[in-house]
Amino acid sequence: MKFSQFLFRRLLYSILVLVGLSILIFIIARVLPGDPARLALGPFAPEEQVELLRQRMGMDQPLPLQYWNYITGLFRGDLSLSFQTRRNVALDIAHYLPATVELITMSILWVFLIGVPLGVLSGRYRDGWLDNLSRVISFVGVSVPPFVVGLFGQVIFSYILGIFPTTGRLSILTPKPPLVTGMYLVDSLIAGEFSTFINALRHIILPSFAVAVTGIGQITRITRAGIIDVSSKDYIESARAFGIPDRYVTFKYMLKPSFIAPMTILGLSFASQLGNAFLVETVFAWPGMAKYGINAILRKDFNAIMGVVLIIGLAFVLVNFIVDILAGYIDPRIRIQEETIEK
Amino acid sequence: MRDKRILEIKDLHVHFRVYEGISKVIDGVSLYIKKGERVGLVGETGCGKTVTIKTLMGILKIPPAIIPIGEAFLDGQDILKMSKKKLLQIKGTEISMIFQDPMNALNPVFTIGEQFYDVIRFAQNRLKKKEKLSKEGIYNKMISALREVRLPDPERITNNYPLELSGGMRQRVLIAMALVNNPKLLIADEPGTALDVTIQAQILDLMNNLVETKGISVLLVTHNLGVIRETTERVYIMYGGQLVETAPTNIFFEKPRHPYTQGLISSVPRFSGGKFAKGIPGTIPDYFKAPSGCRFHPRCNQAMPICSKIKPPLKMLESEHYIACYLYGESNNKNE
Amino acid sequence: MVPLDGNQELTISQWEVFKDRIGRSWYRFRRNPTSITGASMVLLVIFLAIIAPYVTPFPHHAGAFTDLPNAFQEPGKTHWFGTDEMGRDLFTRVIFGYRISLMLAIIVLGISVPIGIFLGLTAGYFGGKIESIIMRTTDIFLALPPLVMALAICAAFTPTIEKAMLAIASIWWTWHCRLVHGITKSIVTEDFVQASRVIGDSHFRIIYKDILPNCVSAIIVKITLDAGFVILVGAGLSFLGLGAQPPKSDLGTMISYGAQYLPMRWWTTIFPSLAILFLILGFNLLGDGLRDMLDVESEGV
Repeated sequence: MKFSQFLFRRLLYSILVLVGLSILIFIIARVLPGDPARLALGPFAPEEQVELLRQRMGMDQPLPLQYWNYITGLFRGDLSLSFQTRRNVALDIAHYLPATVELITMSILWVFLIGVPLGVLSGRYRDGWLDNLSRVISFVGVSVPPFVVGLFGQVIFSYILGIFPTTGRLSILTPKPPLVTGMYLVDSLIAGEFSTFINALRHIILPSFAVAVTGIGQITRITRAGIIDVSSKDYIESARAFGIPDRYVTFKYMLKPSFIAPMTILGLSFASQLGNAFLVETVFAWPGMAKYGINAILRKDFNAIMGVVLIIGLAFVLVNFIVDILAGYIDPRIRIQEETIEK
Repeated sequence: MRDKRILEIKDLHVHFRVYEGISKVIDGVSLYIKKGERVGLVGETGCGKTVTIKTLMGILKIPPAIIPIGEAFLDGQDILKMSKKKLLQIKGTEISMIFQDPMNALNPVFTIGEQFYDVIRFAQNRLKKKEKLSKEGIYNKMISALREVRLPDPERITNNYPLELSGGMRQRVLIAMALVNNPKLLIADEPGTALDVTIQAQILDLMNNLVETKGISVLLVTHNLGVIRETTERVYIMYGGQLVETAPTNIFFEKPRHPYTQGLISSVPRFSGGKFAKGIPGTIPDYFKAPSGCRFHPRCNQAMPICSKIKPPLKMLESEHYIACYLYGESNNKNE
Repeated sequence: MVPLDGNQELTISQWEVFKDRIGRSWYRFRRNPTSITGASMVLLVIFLAIIAPYVTPFPHHAGAFTDLPNAFQEPGKTHWFGTDEMGRDLFTRVIFGYRISLMLAIIVLGISVPIGIFLGLTAGYFGGKIESIIMRTTDIFLALPPLVMALAICAAFTPTIEKAMLAIASIWWTWHCRLVHGITKSIVTEDFVQASRVIGDSHFRIIYKDILPNCVSAIIVKITLDAGFVILVGAGLSFLGLGAQPPKSDLGTMISYGAQYLPMRWWTTIFPSLAILFLILGFNLLGDGLRDMLDVESEGV
């Protein structure tokens, strides 16, 4: 089949998986013990009020009907009300999402800027001092819990060295930039508020690095393995024989063919970063989706939980889809093979 | 001027220092190629031909490779003693190589055009600023080079990925890339062996034409005697990292003298004659513990005591026919 | 060729092949610094955890205990790691914390691995509709990062360590299912499997004799690496308050509580952090070394 067809099929399948996920979480959220109406109103509220709330939340109806209502509500943009904030969950998410997006984007940047060059150089100069160092970094990177990195980072850089602030996205006295995307780094640049930008930057460096640590460990190893695999190939020798300089060979001719492996890991890495975000946002009091989600869980705010789960699932589908496209773009073999398999 | 030696290798030794010990692969090889000559380097797999040409091209990994002794003069300059920078300049420009397997010799994730562009572009580094070609100039040079190797529709090919071309087309592209900068010496490593016989014939034919018209010297490395016969004027035979015989091609096939060479020739099955081809009993030497003296002596049925003691020097039999074997003295024809 | 004789198998069981490989790999294992280091680290922790009551100075501090006057002692002679906010000896609590972490790994993997293997073998061997159902379900569980998924499941329960274990286990089988499914599919078309079919071996026998041995290496490596990862996820859950509850001495919980007292009373957080890093790192090194030794191609780090 053609590549575009392949992608389309993947997309369809992913949507199916999302639906399955929503059913799963719905069942868990509604069926399992705990009376959210009672929880929301507290133990001292009279029974009639609790009953009323139950009715309003539609909890007296049969389960599949509840699910159907929920799904149709989704398409109207209504994720129903959060028990905690009493606001539409969709609004809540829109409010908290940009912070997390910003955080994860920064951390992806870290992963690429540190992980890939480190991996390339380790693979190129195998068994050298850099290779051994990067090995240690990788192992520690995937072994250390991200909240530990966060805490250590705070201790060293905030408390002891005083370079970075401890928590939050902006210092207390700094006003938020005018709302465009919700991401302070972007918005402050758009508005031309340079000092705000710097402030936001200083706040995001530590947490984003903490989120990135696992990913850096993973990408370094995978890139290194890819480079080592590619460097023994004939076409590298051939390129050298044609007089192409070494640095060029390393960073162009070796990197591109070996990039598929790190690309596929990117999806996995994104998963780990999402997970890490949950932990890091807590440490740094970062007002993002993860923190919202955790509060929702602790207070059994089921609608909020559903909303968060769906958003994350969606993000996942999107990222994997993008990775597939990029992989096809970078490595023509994938594209062409998909097209020729039918011949 | 016809006798000017484009390539002169003198007493080359190449060793590899690895975990298991020192592998002494090349043990004193000397050869030369004259301007415009087509010379073959023959030997079975594992005899050291590939190591030799990699040394010439400067793509050996050093370490683990070591070159304890030896000189290799390319048009008067010793390439073994050249600085890295200088070496980079002559690769692809003065000395060029065609790899064996066109399937793997091209980078699969870049188009032909992109790779070809780089080959020409880096060759430009040696030129003065005003002589350098512009982007367009490089592109035109690329297209005409592809035309020369008789590829139809070169413009389209530059946008193709190696996967999209047939084996024969890829080989032609590689030839074009090797010749585009007008090298003095072209090294061809088993050209066409990865392809169909008919395609191989076309490729060899093409190569012959091109090098003749451009006056390029060729070192053709192969184990295929048929190719040697068709394409070369003079041939060197290697065994176990040592040179055993060298002769003009026709003489080599008519009257091989060295026991190994004789064994080689008779190993080729013939269509007429009705006899089975004979092989040579034994296996190639272990380079970690190579046989002393003449490395062929363990497999030679005419070996003498001195063969295992001292390596036989190359002695001249006739003009341009040398042999490294104690069976033959200086200008002294021993009867077979 | 195996000579025919009433008692012998007509085909060589894949277990023989496997045993041979193991023998050769053991030699490599001993020479590999990564695996040796990892193994030592893990074994040390396991040893300490087992004999915890005998090796710790204040075993009764592991659970509920208050000695407020002694709270927040700096690390010193009596209290190597100092004391926490309740006056409990931190060193003791860390060692007992290892117990909880290891229990977590054992229980989670003990439940999820057999289930995963079973489902993976079934899906890969029988194919068709069964395969579709199983693998699609797997995909659904893998739609979210493990921590997030575990969090979502934990949402349904009151937080205790047991519920946390269940939550993680309910996700974890998917990884092993996928792994085994992949291997099964790749060898189900091989000759030796067909040979067993021809002889008339039952499905169960084929699966056990031919397919399972080929999975074992990969499973062993995965379990080792998983142990580290499961402990990591578990620590994350506890850190967020969804795992072990105080006064139990779980490492994640300790880190979380200790974080409030940074930077002044650094030892309340730092030591449990280092402790858990040590354990997870040990598993990762060991797993990596095992992977090299058993020559397993991994699907990811």
